[in-house]
Amino acid sequence: MSFSTRADFSTIAGWIAPNARVLDLGCGDGSLFAYLRESRGAVGYGIEIDDKGVLASISNGVNVIQSNLESGLAGFDDQSFDSVILSQTLQAMRHTEQIVLEMLRVGREAIVTFPNFGHWSHRMQVLRGRMPVSASLPYQWYNTPNIHLCTVADFDAFCAERGFRVLERVVLHEAQPVRMFPNLLGSLAIYRFRRG
Amino acid sequence: MSGDYRSAGIVRPQRASFAEALPLRCGATLPAFELVYETYGTLNADRSNAILVCHALNASHHVAGVYADQPDNEGWWDNMVGPGKPVDTDRFFVVGVNNLGSCFGSTGPSSINPATSRPWGSDFPIITVEDWVDGQARLADHLGIDCFAAIMGGSLGGMQALCWAIRYPDRVRDALVIAAAPNLSAQNIAFNEVARSAILTDPEFHGGHFYAKGVKPVRGLRVARMIGHITYISDAQMEEKFGRQLREGIKYSFEPEFQIESYLRYQAEKFAEYYDANTYLRITKALDYFDPALATGGDLTRALAPAKCRFLVISFTTDWRFSPARAREIVKALVDNQRDASYAEIVAPHGHDAFLLDAPQYHAVVRIYLARAAERAGG
Repeated sequence: MSFSTRADFSTIAGWIAPNARVLDLGCGDGSLFAYLRESRGAVGYGIEIDDKGVLASISNGVNVIQSNLESGLAGFDDQSFDSVILSQTLQAMRHTEQIVLEMLRVGREAIVTFPNFGHWSHRMQVLRGRMPVSASLPYQWYNTPNIHLCTVADFDAFCAERGFRVLERVVLHEAQPVRMFPNLLGSLAIYRFRRG
Repeated sequence: MSGDYRSAGIVRPQRASFAEALPLRCGATLPAFELVYETYGTLNADRSNAILVCHALNASHHVAGVYADQPDNEGWWDNMVGPGKPVDTDRFFVVGVNNLGSCFGSTGPSSINPATSRPWGSDFPIITVEDWVDGQARLADHLGIDCFAAIMGGSLGGMQALCWAIRYPDRVRDALVIAAAPNLSAQNIAFNEVARSAILTDPEFHGGHFYAKGVKPVRGLRVARMIGHITYISDAQMEEKFGRQLREGIKYSFEPEFQIESYLRYQAEKFAEYYDANTYLRITKALDYFDPALATGGDLTRALAPAKCRFLVISFTTDWRFSPARAREIVKALVDNQRDASYAEIVAPHGHDAFLLDAPQYHAVVRIYLARAAERAGG
């Protein structure tokens, strides 16, 4: 069985303990969950609102619960998962802060990935007076689902203000880790954090 | 119902007799009983591809196909079950069974009570979902099925699937719980009580012993069906289908003037012709009593703890009889128990009746889920 693998999958997999209980928010076609199941023996559920995603997840053998993340995680008990993942969905959420708090209520750890708005190419486009369009932000301003874009520095500040402890942070560009000036040279940020 | 679907074709009901008494939850015992059932598809050599379809209030064992002498009498879930359909009878051996207490051939109030040689009538015991499931388990034994690949049903049928998972955890690999709830709300019970009152107060009910008098409490049954029918449809759907349309204009009379009135009367008339009042009373009671969490102090999570199978839970957005919120209670209990479970909330305008219709996403979810289940089983 082969699954499409995104750049962040292997980094996330490295942060999941063997046989961990995982909740994947906005699981899409279930490919990340299936990857974690194959590579780490993860068990748990994906949550997806889109009909096609639900079908694809079932087809991939992933437990999927059709639900709107914007209404929170009411169906899940406190601290009932080892890791709660929100992969490339944070920036498209309306209740951004609320979902992060919910992730830390339900899970011992949260893993969040998002496109870095601070990447130099995005900054250049804004300087030229246009909204950025790139491989990591492949939409026009008028059709983008992304409504809460942030930079690596923004998310660092958010975690610091809320007292979240960042356990690990990896910033990628073209699937390679960026160690120098990540907020300038990285296009995809991946965080693992917990309550402080 | 697209033309490219094949049908289960000509089917034939079968009858199984059980000589061993069946203890019932109410304390009574059925001395012996018969169940009428139909099967579609072929049971494989290791008897691992059987799916049990449980029926809801007014349906029967006739799930799919037609009868040779009744070519228009299509099974009640013919759009779901058949060759190439979501419940694919080319792959699965599907069993439809008529529940105890029903009026379509299995032992029920209109059957002969061996103790009196007269129809049971009101003396037929009150049957619960658990009793149905126990009866179905006897049928499984009879068919040589130790473990069902899946047990599925909508509405009250979904409750039976849930009950199976709790009661016989080793005899079911997948439970498909569709348009169901973990128990009835006060509003649900209230609707049932209106329906029962209509029957019980019909002068032709005769305390349930109306068979000997050659009459039927059809007026009560009609009202019961009307109230039920209203709850199966969404407000929006009723508005779209009927609105305030009149048949022939306003006449300032009590004749059916609005289309909805005439529709309800037609449905009620049809239903009262073939349905048994004692059965209606008992099936609504079975619904009211269903509450697996009663034994665990209202804790559904603990009630579902014995279940081992995988679950697919499905609800419909406009179902106000068994709303998505009720289905999510089941899902939460399964998640709390760390069971393999998926949940699909189908956008459909039809209300509770949507489980009998063929919304594309609904049928696709069932099809893919069962295909996956068959793959896991190596079928």
